[in-house]
Amino acid sequence: MSETRIPSRAELFLGYAKMGLLGFGGVAAWSRHIIVEEKRWLTEREYAEILGMGQILPGPNVGNASVMIGRRFHGLVGALLATCGLYAGPLTVLMGLALLYDNFADAPGVASFMHGIAAAAAGMVIATALKMGQNLRPPPELIAIGLVALVAAAFLRLPLLLIVFSLAPIGVWLSIRRAYREAPAK
Amino acid sequence: MTLLFQIFLAFATLSLVAVGGATAVLPEMHRLLVVVHGWMDDATFTQLFALAQAAPGPNILAASLMGWNIAGVGGLAMATLGMLLPAAILAWYVAGATHRLRGARWLKPAQFGLVPIAVGLIGASGITLARAATTEWLTWMILVISFVFVWRTKYSPLWVLAGGGALGVALL
Repeated sequence: MSETRIPSRAELFLGYAKMGLLGFGGVAAWSRHIIVEEKRWLTEREYAEILGMGQILPGPNVGNASVMIGRRFHGLVGALLATCGLYAGPLTVLMGLALLYDNFADAPGVASFMHGIAAAAAGMVIATALKMGQNLRPPPELIAIGLVALVAAAFLRLPLLLIVFSLAPIGVWLSIRRAYREAPAK
Repeated sequence: MTLLFQIFLAFATLSLVAVGGATAVLPEMHRLLVVVHGWMDDATFTQLFALAQAAPGPNILAASLMGWNIAGVGGLAMATLGMLLPAAILAWYVAGATHRLRGARWLKPAQFGLVPIAVGLIGASGITLARAATTEWLTWMILVISFVFVWRTKYSPLWVLAGGGALGVALL
């Protein structure tokens, strides 16, 4: 794994603002790209662990991660800066769009442009999941848990609450069991 | 004042059951805003949610837009705070707890056990987006190019998003 570096307060805010503003189709893919690949604040593994915890807490996982990552680097100020960065920019854009909506929706080209972006964003999000899976190299039983979550959400369309709360205890148990078997207590 | 407080309360309640983000609580959001409180009709609700999906940023911002529609800037502030504050406070304390437990040997493996769920659900949201976005061969092509580009390179995905938008304008 490559070396990581600690962001300054300004870098934390700007990095999160970028994720928010570029986050078409949700911010999860951009969040990983910026934190792990572009800025290298965290390793793939550290980021995934924080995101995993953000997933079982209520609220958006990237939003929960912004609180935890901000806190890790700069305490309360860091948590506030990261969270404000994540929401302030897109909120402004969204209000602008809502105000312009009537003219905007019918303008030629706009619908096709958004349609093209949506297709690209879908490809980006699927690739992000695959890339994380490859870089993290989970053992087979955890790969199975990930695939069950994917099928349950994308194809069976089960409620996320049900998926998360039934799979979380199994995933945690399998992962702890493997760790203890591979390195028995001294 | 009472309306603003009601808005805050409605979204704070949603926030605490929103495991998986805004899309997960869409049905409950609809029930609260349209059926229980009657703050907007079905068509407005759907339109606002679609608009928030099309714009960049976390999908949870749909809540802000709805608050704005119900009660202007005050409604926007209350909906946003209601949606973010309870979850953020919880995340803050959980981060503190994991920091205190950092020496425990079960902690890292336990955290890693949650990772496949997060990654699997990112994959699932990509598939859900793909289902809505791929209506003809060109959108499939854009999706595949974007997938390979993001999967195999470390370049900024901004290039494929912009390229996808440009191809859409030129050919769709």
